[in-house]
Amino acid sequence: MYGIVGYGSYVPRFRIKAEDIADQWGADADAFKRGLLLEEKTVPGPDEDTITISVAAARDALTRAGIDPQDIGCCYIGSESHPYAVKPSGTIVIDALGIGPECHVSDFEFACKAGAEAMYVAYSHVKSGEMKYGLGIGADTSQGAPGDALEYTASAGGSAFIMGADKVIAEIQHTYSFTSDTPDFWRREGEFYPRHAGRFTGEPAYFHHVLGATNGILERSGLKPEDFRYAVFHMPNGKFPLRAGKMTGFKKEQLEQGWVVNLMGNTYSGSSPTGLASCLDVAEPGDRILVTSFGSGAGSDSFIIQATDRLPEVQDLAPKVRDQLADRRIHLSYGKYVAYRGKIRMNEV
Amino acid sequence: MISPRYHREKAQRYRLEAGKCDTCGEIHFPPRKVCRKCHAEDFTTVTLPRRGKVVTHTTIWIPPAQFESLKPYVVAVVELENGVRLTAMVCEAPPDEVQIGTEVEIVFRKLQSDPAWEVLQYGYKASVVA
Amino acid sequence: MRDVAVIGYGLTKFGELWPVPLRDLFAEAAKACLTDAGIDREKLQSAYIGCMTSGLFNAQEHLASILTDYAGLGGVAATRVESACASGGAAFRAAYLEVASGASDFVMAGGVEKMNDGADATFCLSTAADQEYEVFHGVTFPGLYAMIAHAHMHKYGTTPEQLAAVAVKNHVNGAKNPYAQFPVEITEQTVLGAVRVAEPLGLFDCSPVTDGAACVMLCPVDVAKELGKPIIKVIGSGQATDSIALHDRTDFAAIPVVKRAAERAFAQAGLTIDDVDFCEVHDCFTIAEIVCTEELGLFPRGQGGPAAVEGLTALDGKHPVNTSGGLKSKGHPVGATGVAQICELVQQLSGRAGDRQLKSPRIGLAQNMGGSGGSSTVHILEVVS
Repeated sequence: MYGIVGYGSYVPRFRIKAEDIADQWGADADAFKRGLLLEEKTVPGPDEDTITISVAAARDALTRAGIDPQDIGCCYIGSESHPYAVKPSGTIVIDALGIGPECHVSDFEFACKAGAEAMYVAYSHVKSGEMKYGLGIGADTSQGAPGDALEYTASAGGSAFIMGADKVIAEIQHTYSFTSDTPDFWRREGEFYPRHAGRFTGEPAYFHHVLGATNGILERSGLKPEDFRYAVFHMPNGKFPLRAGKMTGFKKEQLEQGWVVNLMGNTYSGSSPTGLASCLDVAEPGDRILVTSFGSGAGSDSFIIQATDRLPEVQDLAPKVRDQLADRRIHLSYGKYVAYRGKIRMNEV
Repeated sequence: MISPRYHREKAQRYRLEAGKCDTCGEIHFPPRKVCRKCHAEDFTTVTLPRRGKVVTHTTIWIPPAQFESLKPYVVAVVELENGVRLTAMVCEAPPDEVQIGTEVEIVFRKLQSDPAWEVLQYGYKASVVA
Repeated sequence: MRDVAVIGYGLTKFGELWPVPLRDLFAEAAKACLTDAGIDREKLQSAYIGCMTSGLFNAQEHLASILTDYAGLGGVAATRVESACASGGAAFRAAYLEVASGASDFVMAGGVEKMNDGADATFCLSTAADQEYEVFHGVTFPGLYAMIAHAHMHKYGTTPEQLAAVAVKNHVNGAKNPYAQFPVEITEQTVLGAVRVAEPLGLFDCSPVTDGAACVMLCPVDVAKELGKPIIKVIGSGQATDSIALHDRTDFAAIPVVKRAAERAFAQAGLTIDDVDFCEVHDCFTIAEIVCTEELGLFPRGQGGPAAVEGLTALDGKHPVNTSGGLKSKGHPVGATGVAQICELVQQLSGRAGDRQLKSPRIGLAQNMGGSGGSSTVHILEVVS
């Protein structure tokens, strides 16, 4: 049996409400909220980034796993907002956690799918017998261009998963990847904000790959939607994952627990991983969870995961996703938000 | 270029590694060559606990240049569970959330990111415990 | 050890002296000192010059060479002394010891700082604290004293009004000092309503950024008698260090290095604080004056604040503190301050303090301090004739 041994999530304390962004740009706040199905999103503080988020999430994963960090053989961080253009995030994270130096480290990128692919590769190394435990993290502090639709959803946060073959709390039973070149969303070297192709990001990009991977994994596993307690789909906004779930035969009750976007926004590489973590927070032994990520460019990695008897022993050992979403929020004005996100042109220090 | 110094301080900044005197047990953070209590010179590496409380604090309104974007921010002397004290910024806290006695935990944050071309500097801050 | 006398002093005006470079500041004070002492420059054998960080403020080190050169002290043995804000006091002690030991007869103790040359003063001053374990985390110099203030308020109930009383009193004195940077009186309202620097300290709780220099001339008492000079004798000299980082000390409502240095000075002089008529105290921040008066033993612990409000430290009070106007009103060119304090002692003890003159003071004490209490010097001077 191979799967998740420990997991953890980090949600920043800062928020900005969708209506405050709408007010700034003279947009119809209610229409945006209804259209995106989104209340507010998380904002990283000026001292937070993908690396600090990864460390916090991975520390909780270590707590839940109850293992010696020295036994972790790899650390992969998937993000669209690695702090350096050239210098790995993973090395800082392993040193912060006391992992290594005998450890394979690589930073992953593939728009919002980078977290899921980090998880997939860590899992694969464990399954192949290459190492005892592997760490896969999805974390982001993604940017939305001022006044653009993405500004309402691009948010910050992340989740970390330690994969292993013993002390498994959730078995990874099947995986399936569906990938094809699709120019829906991109950022050229030197550009500060990403660009997207409007409505083209829907059917030919998101839905084509999400459905492709989900239908693919269901066929491969021989399972049906009724066999699952929870389903998590990548959440670029509130509506897409609900529609994808419906189109693949899942009911709203199955989608609710992992649907964190309305309070969190789209944490890009952290999105479906955090939706998964939210389900693990409450799942009972035997519960099956389907997770389909999506990254623009484009591709989807799917997982079928089943909770073991050990899961209830670790759920309470670290903060849960929905508790972090609800507790001690600090709401920012639009001005404070853009200052924190470095969108204001300042003189060089 | 901060690289040599930054790299040398990793164990303290990232992992809170301290030196415990083999003779009298006094814990030094950062580690030292000579025990400040008994003057012995042999130490064992220990990791500090991450929970503690504020023993004094202030809110900085006029910061040094590299912290300008954070003002006003709170800095505090924190006494960790094992009695060791250190100085740290308290993250996110609205100033009135921090009093003498407030419970905090040590978290990993980005401490400095200026100038734009220099190595990013990560380390510890204190976060108010819910 | 021989008895040592201070036979002359010289100061520049303290302030934002834009046209005056570092090397000329010192030259001006040195010249005034030589003139006041009535000593030919050829007689000078040695100089100790206190300066905290000309390297960071002015990108200039090797002060022993450049400052004596530009002051026309050509070829004299010279050393730059550094102990953060106690550099001046440390320079004075070094000069005193060289004369007391018999090694030299005429030694100058000077101090200088040129802070207004475009450098980031907050950064430069922060090097007096622990760079890697205090400053790296966002603490500023005022921040350290603000934390001492919070601890003192928590332990003893000291109030912002008591802090303000110190600033107000020092400006009353400074208004009478022709060398002072801010020779104006201020109100309690001004202090309490001033822009916040580090809670609970506002702008007017903090000493300013200042350019200035001060020098004094020392020689053996026997030589001073031969020269027919009034004898102002150094009867006690104490110096001490303590942990540089605030968090390595035990009680944040105290600054023990001051007590330690004072005890050494009193031991040498064979006196106690009760024998001292007036003190120059290192009021880098209002809270510093309150705590230091307690450390010196002028007031019991926790009573420094009430004493200030009750006027006990005023010019006409029972224990005058900072008759010069203190660092707050006179200014704080860091390296010069310790020597400027000695200048005030000499002015008072020789009846040359003008409108600030105390009635026949006999013994004065100067307490200089570095960082948040990492080092301190205490000197006691007595006018013998």
